[in-house]
Amino acid sequence: MIRLEHVTKTYPKASRPSLDDVSVSIEKGDFVFFIGPSGSGKSTIIKLLLHEIQPNKGRVVVADRDVTALRSWKISAFRRQIGCVFQDFRLLPNRTAYENVAFALEVIGKSQGVARRVVPEVLELVGLGGKEHRYPHELSGGEQQRVAVARAFVNRPLILLADEPTGNLDPDTSIEIMRLLDRINRTGTTVVMVTHDSNIVNQMRRRVVEIESGKIVRDQPRGVYG
Amino acid sequence: MRAKYILSEVMVGLWRNVTMTVAMIITMAVSLTMLGASLILYQQIDSMKGYYFDKVQVSIFLRDDISTQQRDDLAGQLQADPLIKQPVIHETKEQAWNKFQQQFKDAPDLIAATKKDALPESYRIQLKNPKQYNQVAAEYKGKAGIDEIVDQSTLLSKVFGVLGAAQNLALVIALVQGLAALLLVGNTIQVAAYSRRREVAVMKLVGASNWFIQSPFVLEAMFAGIIGAIIASAAMVVGKIFLIDGSLKSLASLLTPAPWSRIYIMIPILLGIGAVISGVTGWVTLRFYIKK
Repeated sequence: MIRLEHVTKTYPKASRPSLDDVSVSIEKGDFVFFIGPSGSGKSTIIKLLLHEIQPNKGRVVVADRDVTALRSWKISAFRRQIGCVFQDFRLLPNRTAYENVAFALEVIGKSQGVARRVVPEVLELVGLGGKEHRYPHELSGGEQQRVAVARAFVNRPLILLADEPTGNLDPDTSIEIMRLLDRINRTGTTVVMVTHDSNIVNQMRRRVVEIESGKIVRDQPRGVYG
Repeated sequence: MRAKYILSEVMVGLWRNVTMTVAMIITMAVSLTMLGASLILYQQIDSMKGYYFDKVQVSIFLRDDISTQQRDDLAGQLQADPLIKQPVIHETKEQAWNKFQQQFKDAPDLIAATKKDALPESYRIQLKNPKQYNQVAAEYKGKAGIDEIVDQSTLLSKVFGVLGAAQNLALVIALVQGLAALLLVGNTIQVAAYSRRREVAVMKLVGASNWFIQSPFVLEAMFAGIIGAIIASAAMVVGKIFLIDGSLKSLASLLTPAPWSRIYIMIPILLGIGAVISGVTGWVTLRFYIKK
């Protein structure tokens, strides 16, 4: 599903590469943690997979597509296969939970009819049934992240990328979000999560890829943090 | 659905930033009015040039003491000259006097003060190519019996110089105002993009196409351009009614008429220019502002 082949990425003006000749392969339906200290290059992987940045060397292949060779006008269609969740939720403050999720459908050309059918379903799935018409500021952090997960998942993407999704949440809420991601993973969606939350990694016992100074130092199925 | 979304975004964007929208429309309107005026003036000058230069005469005034022999020689030479349109018109003192009386019939004092034989005899010729005046003048200048050679086109050139300057001035104002309008469009679009940056970020994230993200902004710019062009078109119509057909009516015998068709043809041109230029400006601004 995802393959990095000898990928090197050096940001302009950086003294050393963020990713240094990294190769890793993720199968369909996998659940993978990328862990490592701040600045180790793990968020760079997310940006590469989203085609927000380009590698200096190597290839990034997502869903059998060479992302590095993607034409700029095809990026938008490519991104529809990927759902994305961030530490800061990135919800639209002037829209309700329902509208936030529906917005993601509408701007890629889905009709309101489709939104009316699909959005309540996915909000129910993430455990927000009954709170569809709350605004983000009326929801707790965990609930806001659930809206973000619903938005990322509503289009049934092949891949769900999560960049420190529990970074702003307390431990209990974090576990709930992880249960949610686990449930999504069980539907066959590949989940790639960047984190440095050791609790969660230890509890989930999934594949762990550890990065340090731009290099992969450990790749373990059913691994732990430390 | 998407059209509805885009249109509501356009309206919200224009309204959120209403002073800027108005400034954008005003500068656009002034610029397009000036552009339209200068284009009409350009056509006007063109048709007037054709009209007048066709009728331009060179007058060869003869001395009072010219002999019959000299006059016959000159007439023969003029009639044989390949640069000169035939026939050559000979104006006697008497004819000159009659014409003078006709021309200045509103000024009897002037006629009374002029002696009957004060007006010189002349040959009125038309050149096949008015630009060859110098060549012709050199040929006849100083010939026995010739007093003076006067070319009307020298005078006309001065008149057209003034009109041309007016046209250039209108064009310069159009360009300067146009530049100001485009800068305002760029600025407005940036403000609009900034106030919608969250939406734009989410749209990019979930894979909305670029045209979909950009079209509300581009349409916003085009809207201002089109409203500006409509105002400019109205200004042209008002100008035609009150200036060309109004206060400048007395000059109608001097200026060739500017028909309505010439005004009407400007309206789609101004609309097109207003919409396209501002739309393109908005789009280019976005390319810089919203990177991929």
